[in-house]
Amino acid sequence: MQQAIIAKAKELLANGSVNRVIGWKKGEFSYDITPDVFTTAEAIDADFVYDDFCGANVSKFLMKISKGEGKTLAFLKPCDSYSFAQLLKEHRIDREKVYVVGIPCDGKADINKIRENGIDGVLSIKEDGSNYVIDTLYGEKTIAKADVYAERCVNCKSKKHVDVDEMLGEEGDVIASNRFEMVEKIEAMSSEEKYEFWKNELSRCIRCNACRNVCPACTCENCVFDNPNSDINNKAAANSFEENMYHIIRAFHVAGRCTDCGECSRVCPQNIPIHLLNRKIIKDVNELYGEYQAGADPDERYPLVNFTYGDCEPSVVYERGGDK
Amino acid sequence: MVKLSVSKLNDFFNLIASKEKLYIPVDTAEGAAFKPYEEGMKYSSACNTTRSAKDFFFPQVENLVNFKIKDKSIEVIDNRTDTEKFVIFGVRACDVASFDILDKVYLQDPVDSFYKNRRDNGTIITLACDRPQETCFCQSFGIDAANPAGDVSAWIVGDDICFNANNEKGEAVLEIAASLLSCSDESEVEVKKAEIKSILEKLPIKDISLDKISSKDLMENFNSPVWDEIFSPCLGCGTCTFVCPTCQCFDVREFKTNDGIIRFRCWDSCMYSDFTRMAHGNNRNSQKERFRQRFMHKLVYFPNNNDGVYGCVGCGRCLKSCPQSLNIVKVAKALGGKE
Repeated sequence: MQQAIIAKAKELLANGSVNRVIGWKKGEFSYDITPDVFTTAEAIDADFVYDDFCGANVSKFLMKISKGEGKTLAFLKPCDSYSFAQLLKEHRIDREKVYVVGIPCDGKADINKIRENGIDGVLSIKEDGSNYVIDTLYGEKTIAKADVYAERCVNCKSKKHVDVDEMLGEEGDVIASNRFEMVEKIEAMSSEEKYEFWKNELSRCIRCNACRNVCPACTCENCVFDNPNSDINNKAAANSFEENMYHIIRAFHVAGRCTDCGECSRVCPQNIPIHLLNRKIIKDVNELYGEYQAGADPDERYPLVNFTYGDCEPSVVYERGGDK
Repeated sequence: MVKLSVSKLNDFFNLIASKEKLYIPVDTAEGAAFKPYEEGMKYSSACNTTRSAKDFFFPQVENLVNFKIKDKSIEVIDNRTDTEKFVIFGVRACDVASFDILDKVYLQDPVDSFYKNRRDNGTIITLACDRPQETCFCQSFGIDAANPAGDVSAWIVGDDICFNANNEKGEAVLEIAASLLSCSDESEVEVKKAEIKSILEKLPIKDISLDKISSKDLMENFNSPVWDEIFSPCLGCGTCTFVCPTCQCFDVREFKTNDGIIRFRCWDSCMYSDFTRMAHGNNRNSQKERFRQRFMHKLVYFPNNNDGVYGCVGCGRCLKSCPQSLNIVKVAKALGGKE
């Protein structure tokens, strides 16, 4: 696939139909890949990579890039394309300035999971059928790909793209995933257990804001938490309650717009499962307003900005909240 | 040099903890992290903690002073908590070197008394690195992972852990556990050091060629065309600055309560849009400028002002944590130029 992507990128650059290409750039090791922009065939030949470590979602970069001159070629994985379609819907990207090529994705590996499996000192990683063969400082190791896929890929919701100009490889299907399994487990907890669960998770937050900055649904030009005049900007929380508020407010702000791309949890240096907050809201939206997938249909109005006579009343919280 | 069987390590911890507050690295949901020792806790053999050890001396949030307002009077309340004695076990060579860098900032006149109190009250037991990682590059800064500094240095040799006190503070802490310790032969430790060195030799990024940057003029580095492109994937989050053992910037803020004010300081990040914002506005308005500031500070300004000492210890945390896998190694290599 990498060869086909590189050939496509060079072809469109050479015939002048695009001015730049957004993709993934090789790092020092096999796994530390950076989403980046390429403008020449030489740069593409030298550094462009597409493999199981290209998990980073490049859609949000198109916001800034599409404000500039010329046209950009973007290679989007299925989940990246949902974020892209949602950004289009919110008028954050100029569609005319982007040429989208959909690329297939069989799931992306998580280097942290490789390390959690006791494989450290990773020097290089090679694919071998359904395994990775990993050369480390402490000898060669083999591990099944399925054991180290990122959580979001284990629970992949779709191999199908939204709104692409062209496909490389086969288009896939929407998948019936088990992504709400953990949310259901938390829902089954008592209020106290839930509180303890989230206190334990959110107390690790160091307020680096990586989850917010990477989030394709977080597109405010000046976030309230950064605005010195907002009175609630907090570089550090005065107490743990405030820390929770940051995450809860953010989850509500992206409610109905979050496509569940999972970038928030990928980037968290403290390993907080932030995506579970968003998934809970997605599950609630599904239950209260009917099945809805943000980004799946560019023309559909989303439930939280749409009114129908069948909408639930606010009093629904009395039936659904608290201990069962 | 004294030693103890590794199987007795918890007895050692129990004795120390009976006299002073003890912190050890343990495996947690965030990876390895320093935690207050409780009986039976198992120390983590991870090469490094996810967050650095700077928190002990420069915590993320520190309440400086409280003001209580009653009618027309203001009461000033001192709520310092920086005077408790404590011991940290298992600090690595890179982190202990980072304390020297923080000292250059906080112990310079005017001395930061919060930081100084914590430094005076803390005793550091370092541990040589058994399993250096591919992300380690402490050798670029002349740090020897086989020979960590600190008040006490320790090595795990086979089934034993060997300790060497480097100063009076170190001797005092080993004295607490004297009943458990027996004399040790230094030759075993020398063999261990040689073993570690042979691994260090194999590290892929052991030398990041800093001389290529230092041989250039400050303005040449500042105006390098490298900055125009390399910053662009940067999200402007604060991950690198917050996991970094040498990032030392802070902000002072006030939090209004019902009957007063809490004045606190907290870590700040040069990656943030309101960093060093002043009445006239901000002197670095683009992410490129903010990105450049971080790396120029570590690789150029800091060594220029501190006899060539870089503001980095090669711990590799930013390599592991950056959401975009941008990091100081990639920047240093790009800024230094191709071979």
